Amino acid sequence: MKFDGYQTENFFDEMFDDKGRPRPGADLVVERINSLPAEELMRRQRAAERALLHLGITFSVYGDESGTERIFPFDIIPRIVQGDEWTIMEQGLKQRVHALNLFINDVYNEQKIIKDNVVPADLVFSAAGYRKPCIGLKPPRGIWCHITGTDLVRGSDGHYYVLEDNLRCPSGVSYVLENRLVMKRTFPMVFEACSVQPVTDYPSRLLDMLQGLAPRNVRDPVVAVWTPGIYNSAYFEHSFLAQQMGVQLVEGRDLVVNRGEVMLRTTKGLERVDVIYRRIDDDFIDPKVFRPDSMLGVPGLMEAYQKGRVALANAPGTGVADDKAIYAYVPEIIKYYLGEEAIIRNVPTYGCWREEELKYVLENLDKLVVKAVNESGGYGMLVGPHASAAEREEFARRLKANPRNYIAQPTLSLSRVPVLVDDHFEGRHVDLRPYILYGEDTYVLPGGLTRVALKKGSLVVNSSQGGGSKDTWVINSSCPLQP
Amino acid sequence: MLSRVADSIYWMNRYIERAENVARFIDANFHMILDLPVGAAEQWLPLVNTTGDHELFDELYGKASRDNVIQFLTFDRNNPNSILSCLRSARENARSVREYISSEMWQQVNTFYLTVNEAAQQGLGMDLPHQFFVDIMTASHLFVGVTESTMSHGEGWHFGRLGRMLERADKTSRILDVKYFVLLPSVDYVGSPFDNILWAALLRSASAFEMYRKRHGRIDPEKIVDFLVLDQKFPRAIHSCLIAAEISMRNITGTPRGSFSNRADQALGKLLADMDYITIEEILSQGLHEYLDATQTRINNVGNAIFETFFALRPVGEPVRTKEAE
Repeated sequence: MKFDGYQTENFFDEMFDDKGRPRPGADLVVERINSLPAEELMRRQRAAERALLHLGITFSVYGDESGTERIFPFDIIPRIVQGDEWTIMEQGLKQRVHALNLFINDVYNEQKIIKDNVVPADLVFSAAGYRKPCIGLKPPRGIWCHITGTDLVRGSDGHYYVLEDNLRCPSGVSYVLENRLVMKRTFPMVFEACSVQPVTDYPSRLLDMLQGLAPRNVRDPVVAVWTPGIYNSAYFEHSFLAQQMGVQLVEGRDLVVNRGEVMLRTTKGLERVDVIYRRIDDDFIDPKVFRPDSMLGVPGLMEAYQKGRVALANAPGTGVADDKAIYAYVPEIIKYYLGEEAIIRNVPTYGCWREEELKYVLENLDKLVVKAVNESGGYGMLVGPHASAAEREEFARRLKANPRNYIAQPTLSLSRVPVLVDDHFEGRHVDLRPYILYGEDTYVLPGGLTRVALKKGSLVVNSSQGGGSKDTWVINSSCPLQP
Repeated sequence: MLSRVADSIYWMNRYIERAENVARFIDANFHMILDLPVGAAEQWLPLVNTTGDHELFDELYGKASRDNVIQFLTFDRNNPNSILSCLRSARENARSVREYISSEMWQQVNTFYLTVNEAAQQGLGMDLPHQFFVDIMTASHLFVGVTESTMSHGEGWHFGRLGRMLERADKTSRILDVKYFVLLPSVDYVGSPFDNILWAALLRSASAFEMYRKRHGRIDPEKIVDFLVLDQKFPRAIHSCLIAAEISMRNITGTPRGSFSNRADQALGKLLADMDYITIEEILSQGLHEYLDATQTRINNVGNAIFETFFALRPVGEPVRTKEAE
């Protein structure tokens, strides 16, 4: 199989430049793949898929009674990220996460940024992720968001843009680690020759960071990953991370608050837990404080947390900065707290709560993507250029009725990568979700999850909408060609 | 360890053991039938009786034919004890404790389930049933072997073995109970070659034929019962299973032999002590069926006590009850 017939079709391609030459760092991979017999690549693709199924690396499909699980479709052609570009991205992500944490802490405490009129108060307090019970909370070192997954896209100008920040329970890192494992088996030779930056120590870094949050001074703090259970779509990831860290995976029914401490129900009675990496939404963690009908939660947990008897990662309430309306202000937030320009740009964003911007959006619906500020996973969106007149009218009505709830962005021409389609390569749009751990120091997982829109022409990369994934290789540009 | 995790490991092992037993006695029945004189009635219903699901079977199928029984016991999703259902439950349990067990164990359970599920969907397996059932037994043995050599022999491992041993003791007692009941009335066969065939089939249903030969030689109903109930070295004999179960139980609770600290300890200890000192003559004089029936009930009680003692998620503050009369 060769890349000879592959067309970039005037899109920014991650693998080839506009003259069809491999980009720096990608040449070795291209050469290797070109040298494989045609059948061989397809055979390796099938072997990789079979491995994922038998390893049980799957996600659950909601609403399916028989509990169907699917593998997250995986394409074996890696996406190459140049080392130099990565260094800048890493700095940009650290900057962003740092500023967002200062913002969240400020919002729940002094509210300086609101008083200084940098971010409008009503936007903050009406954010779906804003949690009143968190007012006055002071997590250790002011860190609220310990684990972040930031979605980046690359436009036709070759620049990276932040598409959104996932500050609550970002998913997908387990696929990064498992994809890498499968890739090492699939292309051992290429791996050996290129120095691909490793991702395998993510679980150790995560464990170190979590143990560093322990409220009591013990040698081996007890850490647990909290999952909603096996029917959650990200259950595989919860279980995988617990296993890789060697900590307990717990459900709400395994936890109980006893005399102010959070305890695990064990075969030998109750045992204290120090740090909980919760993969369950704020609303469900404590029925006494949040949703009273939560069957998944633990009564009294928030009180124990507020009193500092247990640590939670991420802290409740971080979702306030996850809101797409707040996103629009992140460049200002960075400047306000750090006095710096944002290293990675935002996608230009119109906030419909601002009258003149709403006007512009309504006049240009056919050119814009409109997003509900509280939705994720590709729901609640209007992709203007692809929408029918009726759909645009419907959205115009919604915008006018509730402008606070919408942002609009120009349709980006997302960059593409080659994927294997039957017996040839075709370009597909991608995004990139790097993962950032913020504890005593900040760690950015090199690369991250590359999601691919597998449907031709589609811009939607979410797994719930038929997206797939690729391994992301951060390679030093100086990666030598083999003699 | 977490009560929920212990519970899942215990049940994962029970379900796999159960699937293996169902495969074994279907396979043994196939073989036996091939040796029976043409025209002799095929004995399929007793298989359903062995699993204790005859009411559900009557409701779903009515008449017992070879195909009905095999479908019901192997692939029927409506039968919670079919091989497929057992493997599905085993896999669900494994999935919920995937971070606790070794990834080799998880993969073995996952692949095991996927294989049988595929056979069910494609109607495979029945053209060469022997191979299919042997593969199932082998996959189960593989799971036990993988568990032995990849999982730390700590509390979780002991819960797993406890589950497997109780399940196995229960199934051996059921196989013996049903077969013995079926075999007894066929006085016509006594002393005939078929008598030997039928008794040998019973032994094969428990994978016990060769080991029995080595121990006792000649086919003799009383010695067969002795072997399957009271042998201390044959791993599917009830006594031997309970010995292993008790060792695991004591590893979990830390209670020395001859004493107990909870209801599970007590129920299992008592059952084992009775078995330690009973003779085959005493068993037969009180009636084998009665004895086996009572033993199954007591094994069930041990299971309930294990649930109460280790798995049940009580409200905080309620003490674990001990020394409660059975």
